[in-house]
Amino acid sequence: MIEVQGLTKKFGHTVAVDNLHFSVKKGEILGFLGPNGAGKTTTMRVITGYMPPTSGNVSVAGFNVMQDPLEVKKRVGYLPETPPLYTDMRVDEMLEFAGRIKGVEKSDLQQRMEEVAEKTAITDVRKKIVGHLSKGYRQRVGLAVALINSPDILVLDEPTAGLDPKQIIETRKLILSLAGEHTIILSTHILPEAANTCHRVMIINNGRLVAEDTPENLTARLQGFDTLRLVVDGPQAEIQEKVSSMDGIREVAASVTHDGKVELSVQMSHGKDLRREIARAVVESGWGLMELRPLGMSLEDIFLQLTTKESLEHEMEEAPESPVGSLEQ
Amino acid sequence: MRNVWTITRKELNAYFRSPIAYIVLAVFAIIFGFFFYSVISLFMRQVFEQAQYTVMYGRMYPLNVNEMVIRPLLSNVSVVCLFLVPMITMRLFAEEKKSGTMELLMTAPITDMQIILGKFFAAFILYACLLGITFCYILILFRYGNPDWKPLIAGYLGQLLLGGCFLSFGLLLSTFTKNQLVAGSLTFGLFLMLWILNMASEYASTQVGQIVNYISFTTHIENFSKGVLDLKDTVYYLSVIGLGLFLTARSLESVRWRG
Ligand SMILES: Nc1ncnc2c1ncn2[C@@H]1O[C@H](COP(=O)(O)OP(=O)(O)OP(=O)(O)O)[C@@H](O)[C@H]1O
Ligand SMILES: [Mg+2]
Repeated sequence: MIEVQGLTKKFGHTVAVDNLHFSVKKGEILGFLGPNGAGKTTTMRVITGYMPPTSGNVSVAGFNVMQDPLEVKKRVGYLPETPPLYTDMRVDEMLEFAGRIKGVEKSDLQQRMEEVAEKTAITDVRKKIVGHLSKGYRQRVGLAVALINSPDILVLDEPTAGLDPKQIIETRKLILSLAGEHTIILSTHILPEAANTCHRVMIINNGRLVAEDTPENLTARLQGFDTLRLVVDGPQAEIQEKVSSMDGIREVAASVTHDGKVELSVQMSHGKDLRREIARAVVESGWGLMELRPLGMSLEDIFLQLTTKESLEHEMEEAPESPVGSLEQ
Repeated sequence: MRNVWTITRKELNAYFRSPIAYIVLAVFAIIFGFFFYSVISLFMRQVFEQAQYTVMYGRMYPLNVNEMVIRPLLSNVSVVCLFLVPMITMRLFAEEKKSGTMELLMTAPITDMQIILGKFFAAFILYACLLGITFCYILILFRYGNPDWKPLIAGYLGQLLLGGCFLSFGLLLSTFTKNQLVAGSLTFGLFLMLWILNMASEYASTQVGQIVNYISFTTHIENFSKGVLDLKDTVYYLSVIGLGLFLTARSLESVRWRG
């Protein structure tokens, strides 16, 4: 449905999106995950035809956004970060205007308005002035506006930002219920949200793709081999040999800390917990066991690590073979 | 065309929902009423003098209502528009940029030109309403006098065309910023400059002066207000309007690039 090849977008000297490649299949929900300024909104703006890319090819439903912008726009419903609503209109007027400029037939318009109002649960505010609505309701009206012409593709920029927990859950349900007939791209800062709603997650940082997988795989890849951080006072080569010769150890990386201790990053096979054995081996060899702790990472941690440059470099220093490295594509 | 009309209707609704349209119309009605009153007073005095003259010399020189009332009135309209057109056009794009609704318009399956034309027509209709007010005053003249229709129509056509030029450039300046006040001030500044240039060029005999005089929006109104429909002047105005709208389209394109 959506093909993005080598998408780059520069603003002056700022590179907002840097050579991004991805594609989205029909009916799929793709999540963009990334910190502030990662380039999520910019990518979405290019896909929706709001702004042209500096370079690269973007095609939506077989139409190139640069060559056939109108065909693309007919098929895409876009909910920007701030819902684009005229605050002096009534909700109904807003929906009607959106329907008209998006080419909904006059005879279908009233019915479509009713359907989307029903879907987004705004039926009871249809007569209200948009400017008087709460943030959450505005968000829903924005979603209704995006849905008004039943587009094949939905692009939702932080659809749950600013909502209360109950509304977040409702919006997620709504997005899931839309998934079958619509192809959806959404962006978020919140990991569980990506994990719960998306079929596939792309982690973006500084305009670049850092990791891409299903939420399950991302988690599984992490939990597949548990990693320990081990600091030992003793000779490096011997310690490394001793630990790697143990059963159930996949990989060991060692380095010397600035105060002369040996620091190891130990990867164990799936489901094994060898902390007791390692501790015993170290102590029995007469070395000093300074530290032993699991480096188990939650999705939250990966997110932070993958997207924070300093901590990424720091982690590479500490453990060159940590899961971070293996996730990079 | 349907899309253009959708935008036009939306803009007209916005004008008449907010106080802008009413303020502009009211201010205009009052100012124009004042002009009307003073021009009529002057005319009455002249009529009176004329009557004395007739009695004294036994001859009659007919006074022309078109020349002496309608023409000065219409030329005042363009001056008032200097102040009111920025108020009409300043919000057209600036407001959309500020509220983020630009993203709705620019991701809807409509072309930039349709958006621009829709907004231009809405502003033009509001401007025509302003002229409509002056027409109400002028109808009073028909009640008591016998003005000529033809120069009147030519004069109004000229005012519409001149207004179109002002509006299209006001629209252009509204794409430059999110801030309505900045857009309005820029527009006002531009019009004021054109006006001053025009006044200065009237005394200048140099070639530069003549060029400025040719470029200036207001010099071309002369023939219209004399009641002469000149193709050359009409083409001039239509091309200036076209230029304004074209530049607006270019500016929107650059807004897209810059985001
Ligand atoms: N119109 C613009 N002009 C200049 N720079 C811009 C513009 N839009 C975005 N940027 C820059 O591009 C980068 C990416 O911005 P973008 O809005 O895409 O991030 P984001 O992932 O949506 O962030 P957030 O989570 O805060 O919404 C940022 O560094 C931003 O400063
Ligand atoms: Mg964003």
